[in-house]
This record gives sequence, structure tokens and C-alpha cells, in this order.
Amino acid sequence: MAYLDHAATTPMLPAALDAYVRTARELGNASSLHASGRAARRTVEEARERIAAALGAGPSEVVFTGSGTEADNLALKGTHWARRSEGRNRVVTTAIEHHAVADPVAWLGDHERADVSELGVDKLGRVEVDGLAELLESHASEVTVITCMWANNEVGTLQPIREIVDLAAPHGIPVHTDAVQAVGHAPVDFSASGATSLALSGHKLGGPAGVGVLLLTRDAECTPLLHGGGQEREIRSGTLDVPGIAALAEAVVHAVATSRAEAERLAALRDDLVKRVRAAVPEAIYNGDPDDRLPGNAHFSFPGCEGDALLMLLDATGVECATGSACSAGIAQPSHVLLAMGTGEDNARSSLRFTLGWSSGQADVDALVDALPEAVERARTAGLT
Amino acid sequence: MKLRVLAAMSGGVDSAVAAARAVEAGHDVTGVHLALSKNPQTYRTGARGCCTIEDSRDARRAADVIGIPFYVWDMAERFHQDVVEDFYAEYASGRTPNPCLRCNEKIKFAAVLDRAMALGFDAVATGHYARKGPDGLLRRAVDPGKDQSYVLGVLTPAQLAHSMFPLGDTPKDLVRAEAEERGLAVARKPDSHDICFIADGDTSGFLKNRLGSEEGDIVDSGTGEVLGSHDGAHQFTVGQRHGLGLRRPAADGKPRYVLSITPVDNRVEVGPRDALRVDRIRTAAPVWLDEERTGPFEAEVQLRAHGQVHPATVAADADGLTARLHRPAYGVAAGQALVVYDPDAEAGDAVLASGTIDSTERTEVPASFGEAAGV
Repeated sequence: MAYLDHAATTPMLPAALDAYVRTARELGNASSLHASGRAARRTVEEARERIAAALGAGPSEVVFTGSGTEADNLALKGTHWARRSEGRNRVVTTAIEHHAVADPVAWLGDHERADVSELGVDKLGRVEVDGLAELLESHASEVTVITCMWANNEVGTLQPIREIVDLAAPHGIPVHTDAVQAVGHAPVDFSASGATSLALSGHKLGGPAGVGVLLLTRDAECTPLLHGGGQEREIRSGTLDVPGIAALAEAVVHAVATSRAEAERLAALRDDLVKRVRAAVPEAIYNGDPDDRLPGNAHFSFPGCEGDALLMLLDATGVECATGSACSAGIAQPSHVLLAMGTGEDNARSSLRFTLGWSSGQADVDALVDALPEAVERARTAGLT
Repeated sequence: MKLRVLAAMSGGVDSAVAAARAVEAGHDVTGVHLALSKNPQTYRTGARGCCTIEDSRDARRAADVIGIPFYVWDMAERFHQDVVEDFYAEYASGRTPNPCLRCNEKIKFAAVLDRAMALGFDAVATGHYARKGPDGLLRRAVDPGKDQSYVLGVLTPAQLAHSMFPLGDTPKDLVRAEAEERGLAVARKPDSHDICFIADGDTSGFLKNRLGSEEGDIVDSGTGEVLGSHDGAHQFTVGQRHGLGLRRPAADGKPRYVLSITPVDNRVEVGPRDALRVDRIRTAAPVWLDEERTGPFEAEVQLRAHGQVHPATVAADADGLTARLHRPAYGVAAGQALVVYDPDAEAGDAVLASGTIDSTERTEVPASFGEAAGV
């Protein structure tokens, strides 16, 4: 089996798995006052410190959540609710956000009557900052929060977070960034970024699913989504998942410590993949920024083929990848990211995403390149029926 | 021979067992659920549907248990165009379509089969109750109550050659028992009977939504007297007895039936049962499953799903089939299929041809003829 879908989820790192199993054997609610509770609390706080140190944040800026999606929802709804007022009810987002951001923003628009402004992207999938500058000239006082992902989950293009923060800062507007795809794969320094909040997810970087983090500056205004025990700074309630948090810390520390060397390794492997896919299928279109992108991401359109037909044919040969587009009841929609980049609907339906991770090697690329030509041939025939 | 088989899995018990049997026969099977609505909530919800999120999930779970790969194919656009729009258009022109038959003709054994073949599959397997003989002919299922050869008669020989119906030799209750044995959770799921794209089963409301509700007359066919009114001729089917809303009984006290529907002037004619009697039926150009015949031949014809069969003399010309029934039929609606069978009690009646009914005629004989013939 060749697993080329690390952006969907990546295997747990052995160190993270060990930490998980070890901690899961231990008793204790991190909020309890007795010895067991204190031991659990210690595990959580050590994890918090390690994660903070790895990502350029302070320990008190680490808010544990149940997922990256929850972290995004908390940042967006929480910030909007806390900051909205008479004359200030606008959320600024981009056209290429993951559903974990796009959907809460749409919900704020539909159910909370927020005005929503959407920044467009260029052909490479990079957010156009000029649009934000223009918008802020006339609407800055209306904006509660600006959100822009750190790196796109489909085409891998890295986003100009620093420039967005620089435009927002003079107006005192908080910037949220969904860094779920970036942490552990690209350099991420929370404090240096100037963002007010940042979401990450455990299972995208070698930790477990079911645990995420919102990095949130100390002075940020944020209304809780979940009310209860107030475990995390009174902003997030729910008994802490001690083993999940311990494993996440292990994964973050490892991923960040090795990210420079790993990025080089993956980029070389990815470049080989891209070169050989193009040689095997000359009409394939390589999407996204050819250089300024996540090291493990390769994204193509195969004109005349349907992405899901290709996926099925590759799956049958043991090659696992993604169409990279959203799914409702299993029905593939054309990718909103590619549509925003100006790709026609046909090519937006014909895309496949190959993503590499820590367990990827040359054999995975070989398997893909072996299987791809016949799959493309068949999918193209099917596409014409 | 080991084939690459695509099993169309609706989420019901039949298609799940069909897929399991295809695996057991040694084939390389992939399960596919057809998404027929862009928005699954708009089609029927609950346990009986074929296009809901529950059905998609049930199909996926069955595939897990059987141990085959599973995908969802988006056929919503084709389905809407070829089945739902056709359904409206047929009713709008005073005919009574069979959407399941249309779905087999245009979706399952056309769009899906074509795609499957292009992707390298050899055949499509479904949970239909029908048999395919060694001679390649389509035959009735062993279970007469479940036989679906009528809605499959529309397949061309080429489509049939790449189709598999693993359930044709088994009665339904045994299929359920087998599902139970195989650990398929759908074993006790009720059968679907209604039209899958009409969420609440209210066909009349569904048609009204699209075709409008313009008031028109219900007229006595004999006297021309206006007996009542309706709000859209498209809501009626030839042979329909209930739901006419006529307050006055007929002079002879016998029930009245819909005899004809004229969309142009939104007129519905009603009359006694005997006026429904027909004995000569014309179809549009047929699909021949067996080799094409021209001269008149003796056969049996079936005029609606699960309807009775009529011995008939069938003749073909360039434009269609003509069936002369040896005993009359009642309530034959244009738009339904006339399926011609070669009776065979042993191997199962074989489908020779199928054509969409265009018109019906009656030979004038005494009204007592039908009753006398025991129909």
C-alpha cells in the first residue's frame, strides 16, 4: 500500500504513541486536587509548556480543544461574539479556507447577520492582500476578526500571514490563522507571526485525532463556545484528554524539531513525484505555487478525468490519495479552492492531491507512478461516456 | 471466470445480498452507491428510501461486512434529467410513466454501466429479481411475487450481456434469511415500494408543485355531462377509480373509472369499467432482447409492473409493436411498457421485447365479453 494522503491524517509518531499509551494507563482528572489529579495536571502543564516553546507561544496561550475544527470555531465565533458591537459586525475571510473555517464564518453570516467579506486568491492560490488593504480603507472599524489559513490544505500554497497582520494591526483587528496543515511542516512561530489566534490539530502532525490546540494571546477577547468547568482559561470547558495532550506534545516537539530536515527530504521526494507524474501524464496540470508551498504537497488536475474515478482506480492498485475536494454524503463537489484560483469547473473536478509525510518514502512515489498512466487512461475514457 | 464486477448497492437488502453472492461466485467486486439527489434530504427519508443518507450509510456498512471497496457515485444530474424530468413530461402529456424502468434504461444499465466498463469493470450486478439464462435471455425470477423482469425488459442485449442478477433463483424470504446469516444489518429493512424521488409518497402533490394545479372538468364519457372538477389532469391515471371526488353516483350505481386524460384542455373523462376494455395495443419502437421478429407470433404480454399476463398475437412493423390480446385488458395506461414474454414454466418466461405503450383500441363486442372471459 502506498499512502499518499498525509494531509488527511498521518500515522502517529512512535514517541507520541508511546506517550499516549503510557499516560492512558494513569489515573487522574487534571482538575482534581488529590495526588492523582496533580499528576495528571502535571502531565498537561508539561505538555502545554513544550507545545508553547515549540511554537513561539507562552504556556498560557495554549488552549487545548477537541480538534482543529473546534479551535477554529472557538477563535472565529468567540472573537466575533466578543468584539461585535453597533457598527462592528463584519468577518473577513478568504475564498480558500477549509470547511472548519468557511462554515463557521458562513454560519455567522446566515444566523448572526454578520457581514462577510471574502478575499480572493491569485492563480497560484495565494490570498490577494491588496483586496484586504482596500477593504480596510473603508470598512476597518466594522471588522471583528480577519481569518486566513497558514497554508492551503488542497494545493499547499503558503499564505501571506505576516502581510495580513501588518495591515490589520494598525486598526487593532485580531487575525486568526488556521495552521492545521502548516504546523510541523513549515516554520510556525506564533509570537513572530503577530496573529491573535492559531489553530492546530493533533493528527495532522503525528499526534492523535481528537485533540487540537488554539493558541490565543493573553489579551484576546473570546467568548466561549462550550460552557462548563472552565478548564481552559474559562474559554474552553471539558475534562482534559490527558493522554491525547501528552501525545500531542510529543508529536509537536518532534515534528517541529525535525521540520527543517524533514521539509528538505519531503520536498525532494515531492519534486521527484511531480517530475515523474508530469513525464507519465504530460497533460497533467500542476496546481498551486510551484515553490512556495508545503513540502509534502503535490496537487494536479488531469484534464478529461474525474477525480473520484482516478481515486477509485488508484485505490484498487493500493495507492491512496485524495480528490482534495469537499464531500457531502460522499458526493464530490468541484473544489472551491481551484474554482477560486480561476480553474474551470471541469478541471476543478479532475484533481487529485498527493501528500507526503514522515512515513513516506521512494516506494510510495514509485507505486503511484506505476499505477497512474493506466488509471488516467481509463478515467479519461469514462469521463467521455 | 473471474470478472471485475461493480455491485450497485442501494442500501437495501437485495442489492447487499446480490453483492455478497457476486463475491462468493469468485468475482472481484466493488460496491457503488448511486447518489441520485444533489441534496439527499430532498428525497425520501426514513427506512424505506433508496436515496437517503441512511441508505448510503446502510450500503456502506453492507460493503464493510461483505469486505469489498465502496464508493458513492454522483448520478444526480443524469437522474434528474433522464428520470425525474421524464416523469414530469410524461404526466404532463397525459401518460403514466414507470420511473424505475426509466432508471434502469438510462441510469443503472446505461450511465453507470458505461462508466463501469470504461473504468475496467466487466459487469454490473444488481439486486433485481430476474434470471439470465445460459442462452443470454432475460427470464422471470423464481419468486413470482418479486419478479422484476418487467422493469428490466427495456435493456438491450448488449446491456444485458454485462449485467448480473444474482437473486433471480431465490425467493425473497430466503434472501432475507441469507442476509441475516451473513450478518448484514439490512436483513430486516423494509422493502421500498414508493417512488424514491418523491419524499413523502405524495405523487399528486409532487406533480402539482411542478405542473401547477389548474382546475378542469371531470366529464361523463357517455353523456358529456360535467360531473365534477379536479385541479390538474396530470394527477390521474387511466383506470384509476379512487380519488375522483365525484359526489353523484353513476345512474347504474357502479363505480366510475378514469377513461382518458386530455392535457390540452385539462379534461378527464370517466365512465364504467367496461369502457376501459381494450384488446389491441400499440407501442413505440421496441427494444428486442431476443432476435427481432416481424411476422405475427404468439406470446404473452404484460402491461404494467406486477400486472397480469395476457396471451396475445404480437406483430412488429417499422414503428412499433401491435399486440392483439386474446382476452381484453382493463385500465391500460399509455406510457407504461408492454413487455412480450415467451412462456416457459421450467426456465422462466423469457423476455422477447419491450416497448412503451402509445395507444390502445377496443373491438366493439358486447359489454358482457370481458366478464364472460373471466377477467
